[in-house]
Amino acid sequence: MPSLSCLRHRIPWLGLFALLMFGGMYLPILVLAVYSLNDSRYSASWQGLSWRWYRLLFDDARIFSALQDSLIVATGAVGISAVLGTLMAIGLSKYYFPGKALYRGISYLPLIVPDIAIAVATLVFLASLAIPLSIWTIIAAHMVFCLAYIAVVVSSRLQGLNPHLEEAALDLGATPAQALLKVLLPQLTPGIISGCLLAFVLSMDDLLISSFTAGGGANPLPLEIFSRVRTGVKPDINALSVLLILASGLIAAIAEYLRFRSQQQQAPPP
Amino acid sequence: MWLRQRLRRLLGPIALLGPAGLWLGLLLVIPTLLILDISLVPGLRPGEPAAGYGLDNYLQILQPVYLRVIARSLYFAAGTTSICLLLGFPVAYWLALKAPRRWRNLLLVAFVLPLWTSSLLRAYAWISILRPTGLLNLVLAHLGLPTQAWLHTTAAVFIGLSYSFLPYMVLILYASLEKLDTRLLEAAADLGATPLQGFWQVTVPQTLAGIAAGCLLVFITSVGDFVVPTLLGGASSMNIARLIYNQFLGPTRNWGFGSALSMVMILAVSVAIALLLRYGDRSSVSET
Repeated sequence: MPSLSCLRHRIPWLGLFALLMFGGMYLPILVLAVYSLNDSRYSASWQGLSWRWYRLLFDDARIFSALQDSLIVATGAVGISAVLGTLMAIGLSKYYFPGKALYRGISYLPLIVPDIAIAVATLVFLASLAIPLSIWTIIAAHMVFCLAYIAVVVSSRLQGLNPHLEEAALDLGATPAQALLKVLLPQLTPGIISGCLLAFVLSMDDLLISSFTAGGGANPLPLEIFSRVRTGVKPDINALSVLLILASGLIAAIAEYLRFRSQQQQAPPP
Repeated sequence: MWLRQRLRRLLGPIALLGPAGLWLGLLLVIPTLLILDISLVPGLRPGEPAAGYGLDNYLQILQPVYLRVIARSLYFAAGTTSICLLLGFPVAYWLALKAPRRWRNLLLVAFVLPLWTSSLLRAYAWISILRPTGLLNLVLAHLGLPTQAWLHTTAAVFIGLSYSFLPYMVLILYASLEKLDTRLLEAAADLGATPLQGFWQVTVPQTLAGIAAGCLLVFITSVGDFVVPTLLGGASSMNIARLIYNQFLGPTRNWGFGSALSMVMILAVSVAIALLLRYGDRSSVSET
């Protein structure tokens, strides 16, 4: 017969704590979702279900033009970075040359140096060349960190690949370019896509680098949201948050699925 | 002939590494050298002619008012790192060793999923909870407990920062705990070690590299965070990122001083990373 102290021992404290923390991670998001449907503007208490904040949001032309700016920046920066970042990752895995450590170190810098420092540097650079700030300068600046993230994700995928496939292609008479495009690239695709999704989400989220490189030329979504929420709670921003969180949740799910599938492909046969 | 062969050999590396290298050089290396340059020009404001070189901007950082800002940034980061380690370790331990095996990957993904959502919106979400008429005070009032102002306090900054960076900590600790040799724990128990002794003498030493990597990552990212201290902290939560922001886009407008602050930040982060790569476990860093 189990004694009381034995029973107490069976309580999985660790599991309960983890469960609590899982709840904590989702609590703020849940609160936003509930408030976005709350009819009341000021009160935290429930005043009845309403779609009015969503309606208000969809009538807001500024939000849509900001969203458009963000999408242009993110697609532009990610699109170009996908090509350059993938080439860089392949180059780094293939070649040894003097200064490679420095090259690699510089390519990793955007991952670790705080955004504010990158933002400052870019602004000073653009100002010293008297380049007018616009949506193009934001894209150029975003490319720096998009490149770095895509290269890291693709590099980790490259490490798990079988190098002999490319050699076999070369032995069978493929040109290096053919081997790259027809053998290596298809194998890298899941990594490239998940790197792009990560970079896309980061670009859509970026506040500091956009603030420093936008000038009056463009107004990406995070800037618009930031200037509104600085002064307190805005129910229509609750609604916007919920929609954006759902969208990034979807992107995350796709990225994780791709990562999972590529891991399965790479898993050695039992 | 020899030259042509050599050129052909260079063609591949240049085609693959050239474009990205050019971009990083143009928009990362040269700009960093430029801020180093203008950080050495005293009192530079936009449009002002440069007036010789000097260390005035760096000396300005040593004024008590700015040293307090730096100390506060370090305090925010140290506090956030400790909270993330204390809360994150049990979660990562449970995920890596106790959670049902077939659900582990999915549970880990679920825990770090909020990382994919906008950091700005996650900070904003806490405003709804912490503001005077927010959820926290509503709950406290219902329980008959005293309500208070949570927003624009140091506590709010710690809550916001810990919430933002906890997933990173869990991710890194998980990678490290997953590799834990649990047979050693069993052996320790067989030899009469209490669970606590086993934890301190087996688990912690084996995961020390992961703990160091997680702490460093959280420390570095939280020391330079801008959004959380600005949205959740008050006027008295000025940290180094907000200070730099003000030198460029705020009312202060002192590019030379702002550049000097940025240089100090870049230098400190680079040294910390170099130390970790030199003395730490490389794999625990690259896996994140």
